[in-house]
Amino acid sequence: MDLAVQCGRPLLARQPFSPDSFDKVILGCVNVIADEMNPARVAALRLGMGDAMPAFTVQINCGSGMQSIDTAFRTIQSGKANLILAGGAEALSHAPLVWPQEGAAWFGRFAFAKTWFEKLAALRAFKMRMLQPVIGLERGLTDPVTQLNMGQTAEKIGHIFNISREAADAYALESHQRLSKAQKNGALSGEVVPAVSRDGELYDHDDGVRPDTSIERLARLRPAFERPYGRVTPGNSSQITDGASWVVLASEAAVKKHKLTPLARIVDSEWSALDPSIMGLGPTLCSTALLQRHELTRGDIHLWELNEAFAAQVLACLAAWEDADYCREVLGLDKPFGRIERNRLNVDGGAISLGHPVGTSGNRIVLHLMNAMRKRGQKRGVATECIGGGLGGAMLVEVV
Amino acid sequence: MADRKTPAGEYLAHRLLALGTGTKRVQKTTHWTLAQDADDIAWLVLDRAEESTNTLSEEVMAELETLLEKIDALKPKALVIRSAKPGGFIAGADIRDFSGVTETAAVEARMTRAHEIVDRLEALPMPTVAVIHGHCLGGGLELALACKIRIAIEGAMFGFPEVLLGLHPGLGGTVRLPELIDPIEAMKMMLTGKSAHAGKAKKLGLVDAVVEERHVDNAVRTLLGRKFGRRRGGGALRGMQPLRGIAARKMRSTTAKRAPEEHYPAPHRLIDLWERHGGRKKALRQKEEIRSFASLLTGETAQNLIHVFFLREALKAKGKGDSGIAHVHVIGAGTMGGDIAAWCAARGLRVTLTDLNETALAAANRRAGDLFDKRLHSDMDRRDAFDRLIMDFSGDGARQADLVIEAVAEKADIKRKVFKAVAPLMKKKAILATNTSSIPLDALCAAVPFPERLIGLHFFNPVARMELVEIVSHDKASRNARERLAAFCGSIDRLPAPVKSSPGFLVNRVLTPYLSEAFVMLDEGVRKETIDQAAESFGMPMGPIELADRVGLDICLEVARTLKAGLDTPQPDVPEWLEKMVAEGRTGRKAGQGLYAYDDKGRPKKSQKRLAPHPAMTDRLILPMLNTCVTCLREGVVADEKTLEGAMIFATGFAPFRGGPLHYARARGFAEIIAVLERLQEKYGDRFAPDPHWMKLPVS
Repeated sequence: MDLAVQCGRPLLARQPFSPDSFDKVILGCVNVIADEMNPARVAALRLGMGDAMPAFTVQINCGSGMQSIDTAFRTIQSGKANLILAGGAEALSHAPLVWPQEGAAWFGRFAFAKTWFEKLAALRAFKMRMLQPVIGLERGLTDPVTQLNMGQTAEKIGHIFNISREAADAYALESHQRLSKAQKNGALSGEVVPAVSRDGELYDHDDGVRPDTSIERLARLRPAFERPYGRVTPGNSSQITDGASWVVLASEAAVKKHKLTPLARIVDSEWSALDPSIMGLGPTLCSTALLQRHELTRGDIHLWELNEAFAAQVLACLAAWEDADYCREVLGLDKPFGRIERNRLNVDGGAISLGHPVGTSGNRIVLHLMNAMRKRGQKRGVATECIGGGLGGAMLVEVV
Repeated sequence: MADRKTPAGEYLAHRLLALGTGTKRVQKTTHWTLAQDADDIAWLVLDRAEESTNTLSEEVMAELETLLEKIDALKPKALVIRSAKPGGFIAGADIRDFSGVTETAAVEARMTRAHEIVDRLEALPMPTVAVIHGHCLGGGLELALACKIRIAIEGAMFGFPEVLLGLHPGLGGTVRLPELIDPIEAMKMMLTGKSAHAGKAKKLGLVDAVVEERHVDNAVRTLLGRKFGRRRGGGALRGMQPLRGIAARKMRSTTAKRAPEEHYPAPHRLIDLWERHGGRKKALRQKEEIRSFASLLTGETAQNLIHVFFLREALKAKGKGDSGIAHVHVIGAGTMGGDIAAWCAARGLRVTLTDLNETALAAANRRAGDLFDKRLHSDMDRRDAFDRLIMDFSGDGARQADLVIEAVAEKADIKRKVFKAVAPLMKKKAILATNTSSIPLDALCAAVPFPERLIGLHFFNPVARMELVEIVSHDKASRNARERLAAFCGSIDRLPAPVKSSPGFLVNRVLTPYLSEAFVMLDEGVRKETIDQAAESFGMPMGPIELADRVGLDICLEVARTLKAGLDTPQPDVPEWLEKMVAEGRTGRKAGQGLYAYDDKGRPKKSQKRLAPHPAMTDRLILPMLNTCVTCLREGVVADEKTLEGAMIFATGFAPFRGGPLHYARARGFAEIIAVLERLQEKYGDRFAPDPHWMKLPVS
């Protein structure tokens, strides 16, 4: 929550209106910690937006940060609000250790035991393994229906679309190089604001970036999820990090009233679903459907942000769009969607180099898409992401 | 946060205070209401007429006596005393009753009467309960101590601040507190004047319970059912004269370090009382307390400190009103800028702090954390303060700010550049303030299109300790902007002193001759420790050499140059070594190296080998300050004496027990001051020439 506050404060401070002018706050957050239920409301209060500020939290795994924008967009579209603060926040470093179910059940029995006899009986039923904590984060990143870890779903679609370890590592390397360049040449200025710790330490950039990594170094890493033969390694996966991101959404009336300069206009959004074990292909479904609805083709999209959950997953999506059978049978296209050129995709790096604070990423890629298009003088873009559990989300935006 | 309010919450706020539910009024006097509830419990509620705070005036006490008689007759099951003021219980005696008192015998008679009334409360046969919220100080606490049970509401503060007025408790506090709690803790409270919050009071045994307001009714009824009157102190050390002697000696040496007896007699008299009479009968101890209190109250120190109390009240009054300032934007995260920002955030304002240097911002955040740790008492308050203090890496905060404070380097051209950049961003009614310590405002006005909203707002270092802020006006400044800035000072618990823009404004103008003279003495070969001692023996909180280091030699140099260039009155030359030290970066405490060397805690390393200062040295340092005060009055730098006196005390710590520079001069006699100045003029030059305005000031 500290990050959501640190991130939101400068954004609110640079607006020409006061923080309590908003109608609503919506925050995407996946791992809500016990101390901060409904983090959206906690953030709204701590950001000084006033006690009278309605706020709610949305959760759709890796899509949460985009869902908050979408919900805000739909609310404004329906005329029920004019100004909404929509964000995403995640502190994966704060994910709890969880007691195993068995241990929790035992504790319940012990705590409710009334007599000494009952207590003794409960004590005898205790087993050491009941104290073995479960890493909450690991459970969260495993699909409960298929029992596959997210990394395993990437292994699966990588295999289906024949993505080699080398291709995945090369993609990862480029992600680091692109981010490093963007951090240096100011492509992120105004978007990434420095954070300061309580004891005065300055964090002025995302430090997951490894500008000095190389193909050789990446090649040395061992598979993370399916040893010993797997192809998905820590080097070609997104980094588990903390982060927060906020976007201001305004109606036309609010833009006029406060004399705002919009970054872009949200045109539409789409959410799709598929088999949880191949969740990484989600973007192909929702993005294609979104473009079809607006009678747009690949060539009409100048810039893409496709969240880099795994290099193999991004590459599998790209391959799927070039796969005639897949496009015909699954996406209902007469001919392949076609190749999305690398110079139009994740131009300033992504989650592999910058990190993937799950509830935040969807928000961040929409924001970055808008900024990246503006810096390049481009007009139309799509931000899309795969979502654990077998979902995909996409948002179409136009620079105004 | 400032805006943490909703209509629902505000509307319901007035229903919170529990003043006895379902009671029937028995009697109403001007200040008190006596009522009785269905359970036959009497509720005696103080609501001092035409005052926002409850204090114990003579009238309040007289009415209390009548009501106690009534209660004696009614014989209720129990008596509850509390306050109807949302701000607190009782803040103590009405200080106005103390001012200008000279007759010791009259004070003794008055205090004896008051003691009788409190004794009568104590002697009531039924259980008595003081329910205390907010401030419970001095006489208020003494009244509560006479009750058998004390219930504190969360947030209540208990204390005996008398010592800060040169007094000690006089309404039985020195007798009843050491009886109730550990006598050493009791003495500590009375000697330091520090308040104890509800939790601490519970731990000390000062209160029987700490509850939320909503549980007052139930708590009263529950505690009435219990055995009460368990006292923790009393026996401890009673009749153990030798032990008390050892403890008293220790207290004396600790106290002497902070408050030398010749300047501050009160704490020493308090220790005497306890040591000599602690083991004796209560009536006698009360008598000794009254005697000691009366002699202190009519003494010079107490009267001077009471004078200072009213000087503070006068400055405070200037800070009343609504500033309309909820968001402050501070430019420059150096010592002053960073500390001003942190202070404002701690006091509830939304603050954006900006600086081109990102590490300076990060460092300011750390210093803010140190301040919050010290000054804010819960993790929640600290978190909120941090949330309000926004490190603004892009300077955007100026757009929403109601007040922009510039605290960049003390160079007119840099300041003008900053103004030009920030002015177009600012809201239409926002005020632009500069924390310059000496640059005339006229030199800066041209840089902004709205000179009427450009004002000097001069904080002193360290911001958290120095209460005064100079509000520096100029010809084009609007009255509205000045008044809003004064109210802003009030809202952050600082004291505003309106001054005119002239070189050095008021405080630095007056301090400069003091510092310059010390520099001249250094050049004459006097040891710096000796010079400082000469000033400290007068009662200054620190000597001129240490002060120069504290202010920063760079600032001193800048001020000295501005004064030399801008004033007609003679000023000593700026020493060459000062320019050299500043050029080399040895700028004082903040650099770790100035005229003194500093240890890592920022304490100067002083040599113990020093000669005692010649008494004449003190006059040579202090009198030029007094003389400059008079010059400032003549030139209208400050409108009146009260503001001048208050400013000098609260910005520089000018020996408070002297009652202010002119108060001191008056007590010593203007004629003598002038005579000494003339002697100094003969010996050292025209900078000592007495100002002609001395003759025009009223001598008493």
